[in-house]
Order: sequence, then structure tokens, then C-alpha cells
Amino acid sequence: MLNFALRRVAVAFCVAFTVAVFSFFLLHLSGDLATAIAGAESSAAQIEQIRVQFGLDQPIATQFVEWLWKAMYLDFGRSFYFQDQVTTLIAGRLGVTMTLGGLSLGFALLIAIPLGVLAAIKRDTWVDRVALTISVFGQAMPSFWFALTLILIFAVNLRWLPVSGSGTWQHFVMPVIALGTYAMPAIMRLTRNGMLDVLSSDYIRTARAKGLRTGTVLFKHALRNAVIPVVGLAAVQLGFMLGGSIVIETIFSLHGLGHLAWEAISRNDYPVVQAVVLLLSVVYIFVTLVADLLNAALDPRMRSN
Amino acid sequence: MSETSAVVDPLTAALPRVSPWMRLGRRALGHHGFMAGALVLGAIVLLALFAPLLAPHDPYAQDVSLRLIPPVWDAKGSWDHVFGTDKLGRDYLSRLIYGARISLMIGGLAALISGLIGTALGVAAGYFGGKVDAAISYLITTRLSMPVVLVALAVASLVGGSLKIVILVLGFLLWDRFAVVTRVATQQIRHAEYIAAAQCIGASTWRIVVSEILPNILNALIVVATLEMAHAILLEATLSFLGLGVPPPEPSWGLMIAEGKQYMFFKPWVIVIPGVALLVLVLAINLLGDGVRDVTAPENRN
Repeated sequence: MLNFALRRVAVAFCVAFTVAVFSFFLLHLSGDLATAIAGAESSAAQIEQIRVQFGLDQPIATQFVEWLWKAMYLDFGRSFYFQDQVTTLIAGRLGVTMTLGGLSLGFALLIAIPLGVLAAIKRDTWVDRVALTISVFGQAMPSFWFALTLILIFAVNLRWLPVSGSGTWQHFVMPVIALGTYAMPAIMRLTRNGMLDVLSSDYIRTARAKGLRTGTVLFKHALRNAVIPVVGLAAVQLGFMLGGSIVIETIFSLHGLGHLAWEAISRNDYPVVQAVVLLLSVVYIFVTLVADLLNAALDPRMRSN
Repeated sequence: MSETSAVVDPLTAALPRVSPWMRLGRRALGHHGFMAGALVLGAIVLLALFAPLLAPHDPYAQDVSLRLIPPVWDAKGSWDHVFGTDKLGRDYLSRLIYGARISLMIGGLAALISGLIGTALGVAAGYFGGKVDAAISYLITTRLSMPVVLVALAVASLVGGSLKIVILVLGFLLWDRFAVVTRVATQQIRHAEYIAAAQCIGASTWRIVVSEILPNILNALIVVATLEMAHAILLEATLSFLGLGVPPPEPSWGLMIAEGKQYMFFKPWVIVIPGVALLVLVLAINLLGDGVRDVTAPENRN
């Protein structure tokens, strides 16, 4: 187990480093940053001044090493637009996004797992079909459009919730539903299929043959094993949701990391963009690492690779 | 003796000949999801192909005197503009029909590019195994840990959003699922006897991949292609909605929702109609993909 854990952690560090390389060069190679920052109508002298001011006249390798070295100490430089350290900006916004991500994942799990279990128990009945229909629609709905529809229904017509902004818990209700619905279908399908597999296995038949109560068989024996793969998927979905938060936070004017990323992207504030890309990737890498270790602890067969 | 001769001899009786293709066709016809998806997607493809003939108006023609006319089911609507008009007086139905071209083109081409990249990587990893597999798996993990929406937005913002850029960015970002699925599918058949047989008669690696492996993982490939096509269509709509995808005045459905956003409180149909169009298209593609999976591998159905 220790061996597996150490190897897995080493891989996670390498992946994080590769992502840092990718995100740095992707942004530097996809256009002339100095021109992008200065704006299209500025003069050659102004562009040159910006190039020197932000160190963009240095060789790209030098720029990268310098950026990475500072990034290891959580120093991502100054924002071009916000007149503040990137790290300070991110620290101020991180709480909102983590709350949103955590609550959305909780919401998705709370709906998806019972629905998946129910669909598996009542296989091929109307319950199963309703669950499947929900998951198919959930998958096909553009999340930004779903968010706007929620605003129309709950904020404009029913006036139950505020349209946008942050501050009270009411501001989180619609963003959580919008973001959670995005992650729900995959979790539901996996729970359902895992449950179906487990229910047809020998040890469940044995448990039933022993005369155990249906509830005991389902929840003590079947669900525990069916839910193991869901741990891994939930980690992956959390990563996707953090990426998706950029859309949802923009629509609901929630001042989190996604909103910050959006503002930074639309203003070519690339130190912020780079830092957010790296941070979200690192969160994803960390969460999937934890899920892998958790899985390995729960199920020794997972330690092989 | 005379009685037994009346019994049909099971060995010589002419059974109706059913080829595997016919059996596949019958299963497809009997699969409601597959048929519904295929019919709706087919209809949308036809709409897109014959857009100039079917659109009642020019999708780009502005007329400020006809701004924000409600659709026909509203009391103030008229049959002249079935889905009403937008803030510049452009006919919504015509823009919707032309918008199908953008969605289908981006979905199709992005899925094609990512399919080529992902399949090449996945098959190589699955076939060669060892170090090649380790390197490619590492690449897949790295790609998966980068947030797609964020990277796509950042690149589109630096390069400038356009149809071509959106296709390329999505094509180069969405190959991960192709690689994951083809890698596992190739591993599963890597040691099958027909692969060994092909190697014994001296077939080249290229030949084995093209004529033995690819045909056998084709169904998995089609399923992933539909998923990624749907994914790309939704991402294009998201990018265009945020103003970094297809630029105006193109009738992208995501852009139509963005343009209608400021009017949605009083005229909700401006966002409902293009949203429903997106939902229907993506739903049809997903149903088709699920159907292909069920029809080609009924033993895996759950």
C-alpha cells in the first residue's frame, strides 16, 4: 500500500509539472501577449514598453523558469488589470468556488445515488425509465441555458430566489442546482449499473438465501460495493464542475474563481489566467489522487497499477 | 414410413437466410431510442443541408422596424415570422435553421480531429503496451487534469474567436475519451487468435491495425464519436454564449442565447427557442450513440 501510494504521489507531481509547462507555453505561443495586453490601437512604442515592463522581451525559457520558480512559492506575480498580487486575488475568491463545488457535488450525489439504486432495484419499470429519462435530459442540456431557465422560473416568475450576486445562502441555491445537474447523470448511471452488477452476484444471492431482510441485503451488502467506483467518478466530476464554474459563476455573478478567470480572460490578464488554470488542474490532480488512494485502501485489487 | 416423410427434415429444410447485417438492421429498427435519435438527427441534417431553400427569410437581414416580434403562438405573433424576430429584426426561424449548420459542422469536424488524434494514441498504447502505453497514459492523465472550458476560452481569447479556431481548439482538446476507450478496446483484442494469425502470415503492424483492430473496435469508436460530437456542440454554444466562440453576426445557437439574454425577462422565448434547439440536437445525438452501443453489443446492455 505504501509503495503504491508513493508511486501514485510521484506521478501526481509529474502531471502537475507537465500541466504547468503546457499552460505556460499554450498561452505564450497562441499570440503576441504584449500586443494583446496593450490593445489593438496602441503604438509600436507602447507595445515595446509593455514588453519590457512585463519581462516579455526575455527568452521564453527564461520566462518559464522564473515563473515556475516563483509559482512554487505561490507567487504568480501581479495582475495586469486588478492592481493586486495574483495570489491575493485567488485567495479571496477560492472560498466561494470551493463552497459552490462542494455543495454541487453533494447535491449531485444526494439525487444521483438514491435514484440510481432505485432504478436498479426497480429495473425495467417506470421508475427505471423516469430515472433514465432524467439522466438523458440532464446530459443534453447546455448548463448555461439551464441556469438562465432557472433564473426565469425561480427568480423572475416565482420570485423565490435572488437573480444573481453572492452574500446569502439563497444566492447559492440556483448555481448549485445548475452545476450539480451537470454532474448528476454520469453518477446516476454508474450507481445503477454498479448496483445491477452487484445484485446479480453470488454473495448477494447467498445473503438472500440466508434469509436476511431485503433492506439489510441492499444497504449493508450491495450498496457498499456498488458505490466504490462512484468515489472515483465523483472526484473526476468535481474537477469538471470546477471547470464548469466559470460559466455558472459568470451567469449568477458569484464572485468566485470562475468569475475571476472569466474577467481575466476577457481582459488578457494572463498571469491570472495561468494561475487559475494551474490551480484548477492541481485541485483536480489532488482530488483524483485522494480518490485513488481511498479506492486502494478500500479494495486491495486496485493497488496493482 | 409415409408418416415420417411428412415431417420436415431439419437438416435439409430451407431456412430463411438472415445475414448478420440484416440482424443488425432489425435490432436497430426495434430500438426506440436509436430510431428516435436517427430520425431527429436526420431531420436536422436535412434542415442544415437545404437551409437556403427552407429558411423563409435571410438570416442576416436586419430590419429595426420588426424588432422582437413574438413567435406565432403568442397573441401578437404572425405566421410571417413563425419563431418571431431578434433584437435586430432578424427572422428567428431562419437563424435557427442556419445555426444548425454551425453546430453540426463544429460537432462533426471537432469529433473528426479529436477522433483521429485519440484513436491513434489509444490504439498505439493498447497495441504496443509497455513504455508506449505508459507514455500515452501519462499524456491522457495530463490532458484530463486541464479544465477544458478554461483552456478553450483562454486560447480563443488570445487568438480571436472564429469558426476555424473553435473547431481546432475543441478538436485538439477532446481526444481524451477516444484515447481511453480505444486503448482498452485494443488491449482486449490484442491477444485474440486472429491477431496472432495475422502476425503469423507476416502482416505488417499497419495492416493489422487497419484491417484487424479498427474494424473490431469500430462500434466503441462510433459511440465515443457521438458523445464527443454532442460535447463539442455544447462547448461551442458555451464559448459563443460567453462571446469567445463564433463571432456575430453568425447565427450560432449559443450566440443567439447570449444576444437574447438582456431581453429574457420580458421576452423569454428569445432564449427558450435556441436552447430547446440545442437540447433536441444533443439529445438526438446521445440517443443515437446509446442506440449504437445497444444494437452492436446487445450482450453488454444494462
